[in-house]
Amino acid sequence: MPQEAGRQYKQMLENYLHSKGEEALYLGQQFSRSFIEKNIAPEDVISIHKTSIEELIKDMPADVSVSFDFLIEMMIHYGLALKEHQSLIRKQEVIQTEMDIAVRVQSTLLQTTTPMLEGLDIGWISKPSKQMNGDYVYFLKETEQEVCLAVADIIGKGMSAAMHMSMVKFGMDSLRYEKRSPFEVLSFINKMVEQSIADSMFISMFYGKYDTENSVFRYSSAGHEPALFYRASEDSYSLLESKGLLLGVQAEAVYEERTVRLEENDFIAIMTDGVTETRTDKGFIEMDVIENLLHEVRLESAQAMVDYLFNELSKMQNYELHDDFTLVILKKTN
Amino acid sequence: MEHRSSIEIKTEWDIVAARQLGRNEAKSTGFGTVDQARITTAISELARNIYLYAGKGRIEIVPITVGVRVGLLITATDEGPGISDLQKVMTDGYTTSGGLGAGMPGVKRLMDDFRVETEVGVGTTITATKWLH
Repeated sequence: MPQEAGRQYKQMLENYLHSKGEEALYLGQQFSRSFIEKNIAPEDVISIHKTSIEELIKDMPADVSVSFDFLIEMMIHYGLALKEHQSLIRKQEVIQTEMDIAVRVQSTLLQTTTPMLEGLDIGWISKPSKQMNGDYVYFLKETEQEVCLAVADIIGKGMSAAMHMSMVKFGMDSLRYEKRSPFEVLSFINKMVEQSIADSMFISMFYGKYDTENSVFRYSSAGHEPALFYRASEDSYSLLESKGLLLGVQAEAVYEERTVRLEENDFIAIMTDGVTETRTDKGFIEMDVIENLLHEVRLESAQAMVDYLFNELSKMQNYELHDDFTLVILKKTN
Repeated sequence: MEHRSSIEIKTEWDIVAARQLGRNEAKSTGFGTVDQARITTAISELARNIYLYAGKGRIEIVPITVGVRVGLLITATDEGPGISDLQKVMTDGYTTSGGLGAGMPGVKRLMDDFRVETEVGVGTTITATKWLH
């Protein structure tokens, strides 16, 4: 036990016994920090107090003196709890650092670049509600006129979700030169996910391929949110739905494929449930809220539309994301 | 003079006897009040573990001298079920969160040296030393 701390404590205690003033208490409280800094355990503080008071009060009853021994015994476990707490905090710091690294690795592994194509404007956003994003956007420019895109959502959150998403990405990358149809891609990824991912984890995915030459968008869905299609000539919305089970449910699942032809200023909005399940005080929003917001900015660029919708929906839920938020807009320009 | 003393742990009252023996030995070795309390708490935890998990065993308390260093060596032995996941048992928060006491990490903190030998189905021997500084 540091002698110096004991000497100082005795002095401060003596000061207080004389003055009984607030200032002495304040100094004592300040002094207690140095005890913590020097790692002096609670039981040692009692012991310092006992020694000090025995020196300051010469005729202290023996029972009072002995009572401090009882108190020391009582405080041993408090001292241990404190040490354990400190060690857990250090461990938590290590885990946090690891987590930060993992987040950086994830974003490096999963990064995708927005392809540039003649006649197609692409805008997108993907914001995690927590550290790790369970949503994923993937682009692949197959040829000068064809682009593939996937929007996926892992059911299950956090670290393991993100790790599994990397596997899905590399699965899609492996098909890079094979020019598969959307339904074939989903069926391939489905088999892969079914084989290698834990039973409790499923992925929904919307996969589409757009050909700028004939303006045809082919798409398949694995239990994903339907996409929203805006037909400019009719000024109306419809849903792009396509039948298919979530990825990872059944190895032999088959995926339907559908097509839609785009005309100038038509756009397709592909999203995750973080968008459709925007929660306000009155409950979940309806699809028409999204339709109306997009309608206001339908003449803007795809990226401006995406950013506008994100900002408006964030505002509606007081800038608190309840779920990962992902939205991709494909818009035919000419 | 060779000095050995030990307590058989069979009932909860034997824990108190082990504590008493430990405190006496700690005092006569020259430990101060706080270290006496620490050593006693460590003995208490070890004896309690024997009582709770092995049913019976033995706590031995021996003053030791190594060179100029003087200390107290505590040995807890049992022929109980052994510890199958030692790493887990030594993890902070494993036992304390359940309110079971200071647990093994606590004993390790209270003492200076700490060692566990255990084999599932054979038993456990824990040795812990506190040095007089």
